[in-house]
Amino acid sequence: MTRDDALSVLRDALARIAPEVDLDEVDADAELREELELDSMDFLNLMVAIKERTGIEVPERDYPLMASLNSSIEYLTAHVAA
Amino acid sequence: MPSLGADMESGTIVEWRVAPGDEVARGDIIAVVDTEKSTIEVEVFESGVVEALLVGEGEEVPVGTPLARIAPAGAAATATTALVGSPLVRRLAETAHVDLAALRGTGPGGLITRHDVEAVTQPSPPAPAPPVRVAPPPPVRVPPDGARPRISPRARRLANEAGIDIDALAAAAGDRPVTGADIEHTAPAPKKVDKGASMRHAIAQVMARSKREIPHYYLSHAVDLSRAMEWLDATNAARTVADRILPAALLLKATATAASKVGEINGVWRDDAFVPSDRVHLGVAISLRGGGLLAPCIHDAGTLTLEELMAALRDLVERARAGRLRGSEMSDGTLTVTNLGDQGVDEVFPVIYAPQVAIVGFGRVTERPWAEAGMIGARPVVTATLAADHRVSDGLRGARFLDVLARSLQDPGAL
Repeated sequence: MTRDDALSVLRDALARIAPEVDLDEVDADAELREELELDSMDFLNLMVAIKERTGIEVPERDYPLMASLNSSIEYLTAHVAA
Repeated sequence: MPSLGADMESGTIVEWRVAPGDEVARGDIIAVVDTEKSTIEVEVFESGVVEALLVGEGEEVPVGTPLARIAPAGAAATATTALVGSPLVRRLAETAHVDLAALRGTGPGGLITRHDVEAVTQPSPPAPAPPVRVAPPPPVRVPPDGARPRISPRARRLANEAGIDIDALAAAAGDRPVTGADIEHTAPAPKKVDKGASMRHAIAQVMARSKREIPHYYLSHAVDLSRAMEWLDATNAARTVADRILPAALLLKATATAASKVGEINGVWRDDAFVPSDRVHLGVAISLRGGGLLAPCIHDAGTLTLEELMAALRDLVERARAGRLRGSEMSDGTLTVTNLGDQGVDEVFPVIYAPQVAIVGFGRVTERPWAEAGMIGARPVVTATLAADHRVSDGLRGARFLDVLARSLQDPGAL
């Protein structure tokens, strides 16, 4: 999976969870949960959407690795086979 | 027009889901109503055949106004009969020219009480002129090719409030992003709806009333969550994402369990008396992304398994944000939980959601030094708070409730 693919997965998922947010205006290295005001239910829904799109199940212990937009992209590109 | 929560004075029919001649069964959704806070799906309270719709789509009417005439199933077309609590209630209604058939009884078995009649005949003090209402804005359409219209967050908000099609605007703007000024030029001024202001007004009414009428007392209890979090981690590690359980669901379950064990916390205050409930319809404070707050309930939360409760919570949050809650979820709550843990606060001292008589608050789960059996260690801890109605319970009873809640979290597998 390329960085663009990963970004598009996150973009689609977040468009449903936080429809009013323009991801282009989000600091890609900031805490996603704070930046987008996601609560734990939103974050879980993000993980569910990622599973549906990519098949990857992010274990809870890896949640800290999904903290920002950039780190999430890195995580997905590293864990999803091309 | 049913009362969909203590803060509701009127409602607008957005959509009828039935037509004259349709058969309906108790609990069916018959209409979508817009209140100050949200759009709500309204259920019918009796079975029968719809004879006539009395309020048109787009019309705003006060709570208590008859919406439709329904002929009881199997009977010849007659006026609906109402269950009335006492002759006094019937007299009150006659004097005030209130149509009893149009009221929803809140007493046992749907009985209409004096309170129900008074709620209609004694409106709250005159409110400032209500904002002009229109149907809720259509959802933002994303073009099928996946291209997103370029639009600033402010412009998107303005467009949503004014019910303007963003895609059409983006097309008109061409290569340039859509800005707030575009919306202001397009938006027909008189149609402007300020949902934020009406939400604020509704919250102001019910919270001011609660603080005016309910003598609150507050208790707080730090709860060791090490066993609960270990159990959750182990449980979730073996599960697919969609089946994972959030700490919030565990806290709801513990609250429902304690509410069914300790009296005087679960129920409502009505006609100058406490009406206890043997079922726990657990309200959940849900903040909306656009601002504001709803507290719909999960019916019979005390009898649901943890998995069922988690599924119910996900469903409730999703529907609250989509404006698809049901009337009974807005009006049946017997105890509410507010969880501000995700916002990082340590504890919350909430305001009771009248006519309920207590509210439970949770702060964030955070690691703290904790002493047990002469040893100090770092453990995940949450502070549970209780605000309760002193007319109904005393501090001792409230303390007992929080103690039972905390203990139940020490044996999470049994929840």
